[in-house]
Amino acid sequence: MGRIILYIQSYLSSDQTPGAAGNMFWVLVYIMLVFGGLSVAVIAMNWLERKILAHMQVRLGPMRVGPHGLLQPIADALKLLLKEDIMPAEADGVIFWVAPFVVVLAAFTVFVVVPFGPTHAITDMNIGILFMLGVSSLSVLGIVMAGWASNSHYPLIGALRSSAQMVSYEVAMGLAVVSVVLMTSLNATGTGTLSMIGIVQAQQSQGVWFIFKFFPLGLIGFFIFAVAMVAETNRAPFDLAEAESELTAGFHTEYSGFRWSLFFLAEYSAMIAVSSIAVTLWLGGWLRPFPNALSGSTWDFMFSFFPAAAFLFLAAITFFNVVRMPKHPLFRIQTIGLAGFGVVLGLIGLVLLVPAVRMRVQDIFWFSAKVAAFMYLYIWYRGTFPRYRFDQLMRMGWKVLLPMGLGVLILTAGVALLQQNLWHP
Amino acid sequence: MLIGGILVITRKNPVHSALALIVTLLAQASIYLMLYAPFVAGVQIILYAGGIMVLFLFVIMLVSIDRSMRERQFNSQWVAGIIAATALGGLFIAVYTKGTSIFPEHALPVVENDNTQKIATMLYGQYMFAFEIASLLLLVAIIGAVVMAKKKI
Repeated sequence: MGRIILYIQSYLSSDQTPGAAGNMFWVLVYIMLVFGGLSVAVIAMNWLERKILAHMQVRLGPMRVGPHGLLQPIADALKLLLKEDIMPAEADGVIFWVAPFVVVLAAFTVFVVVPFGPTHAITDMNIGILFMLGVSSLSVLGIVMAGWASNSHYPLIGALRSSAQMVSYEVAMGLAVVSVVLMTSLNATGTGTLSMIGIVQAQQSQGVWFIFKFFPLGLIGFFIFAVAMVAETNRAPFDLAEAESELTAGFHTEYSGFRWSLFFLAEYSAMIAVSSIAVTLWLGGWLRPFPNALSGSTWDFMFSFFPAAAFLFLAAITFFNVVRMPKHPLFRIQTIGLAGFGVVLGLIGLVLLVPAVRMRVQDIFWFSAKVAAFMYLYIWYRGTFPRYRFDQLMRMGWKVLLPMGLGVLILTAGVALLQQNLWHP
Repeated sequence: MLIGGILVITRKNPVHSALALIVTLLAQASIYLMLYAPFVAGVQIILYAGGIMVLFLFVIMLVSIDRSMRERQFNSQWVAGIIAATALGGLFIAVYTKGTSIFPEHALPVVENDNTQKIATMLYGQYMFAFEIASLLLLVAIIGAVVMAKKKI
């Protein structure tokens, strides 16, 4: 037992990601953690999306299944697992079966390089961002396969439209990413890096998040990426390919039950993946707000209470809602359930107050908080914007975002050159 | 990679062939990785598997494949095929038995940490002219495609 503790402690003081250190055991542990965390995040997103959309539309959302609908995702998952698995008669069996797996594989493999902290990534490839863009472009293939294998015209048109949209906005995404990679090279040695951890460390050493660098160029680059990432994941307002009123659910029309839930899982994982790209490249990854302006041990100490404060705040809201529950005897079990949930949140908040935990959880917390903010933005867009027509969508991708991306890249290079020559002539 | 390649040429359904080609290209990317060229591997996945093959699949899916699937597959050039395969096999055996003495420098740089940076330095420094010519070629291809596809200029 003592040796196990020593082993864990010796690992925790390492300064490399497990993949870089070649440590297979910890790589597997991290993969399990990321996979589990991602699944929990997707389930939470399901509930959050329905509740937040409902509140934006001045209604309540799911309230019945658990207290305030908290058990709704579990009911949804059970329903999807128990549904009949239909395959169209003329469908291409092998491709029909493989397509959801390709999309899920592409969506989940991306998380191998996502940096939750300076050593908290599964591995740190030196082509990190290139790997993420490449693997997320493989999901386009899965969608095309799904639309083709269903052997019916709505899915085929939906799949072709969806893949055309994804390929178009990948170009704009790539240009925005290239402008950031350019910004990473503005350091003493003059070499940039494609590795995700390296990009965040470049932001830390240059003392500015890249969204604020060369104002407003960083902001415009971030805006281009933010729009392109929503279009890349087929979410509102770019969800023509899968909207119910347009194409009867597009490329996943013929998929039922578990296969559909795989597409759903892949869509939300892809959303989280591109959000983590945006957070790493523009918003400083795991760095807390103002890492250089408000630096020093007292500011570190004060900021380190944020995770615990966040969870305790959530627990307080939960207890407030417990008090507001109807006092009918049939609601008793829901009230008890909600109170139990509040107690769990409070306990997590208290555990995060312990100094040993508090110091280690900072990076992961800030990264997850920023990605959660992006998820909220995704849901907000869905509740706010009307859908783009397909030709408007393609026009935006090629005629608006691509020239903007090129302009940002050229201007960033120009300003960087000016800065280098003016400060170090 | 071999399985993917064989599947490409033996499947009747062109969609299956295209998917086997995707598998082949992904295997090619992993071969690049084993040769300590991570940048080329990443770009191979983005461009080939994620871009060019998607366009291949578009075209295949928009063209009706029933007629081509019902055609009988034929092998009427098997003599030339056997001669070419034997010649290629002979080449492989010759290179394998001679070993690395054929190549003047066989010291492979194992360090791959700055592979991307080195490629960039060479591409924009030493091989700038070739780079510009290649991009001009791509520009001409784009303009040609637009001209051919437009209804009126």
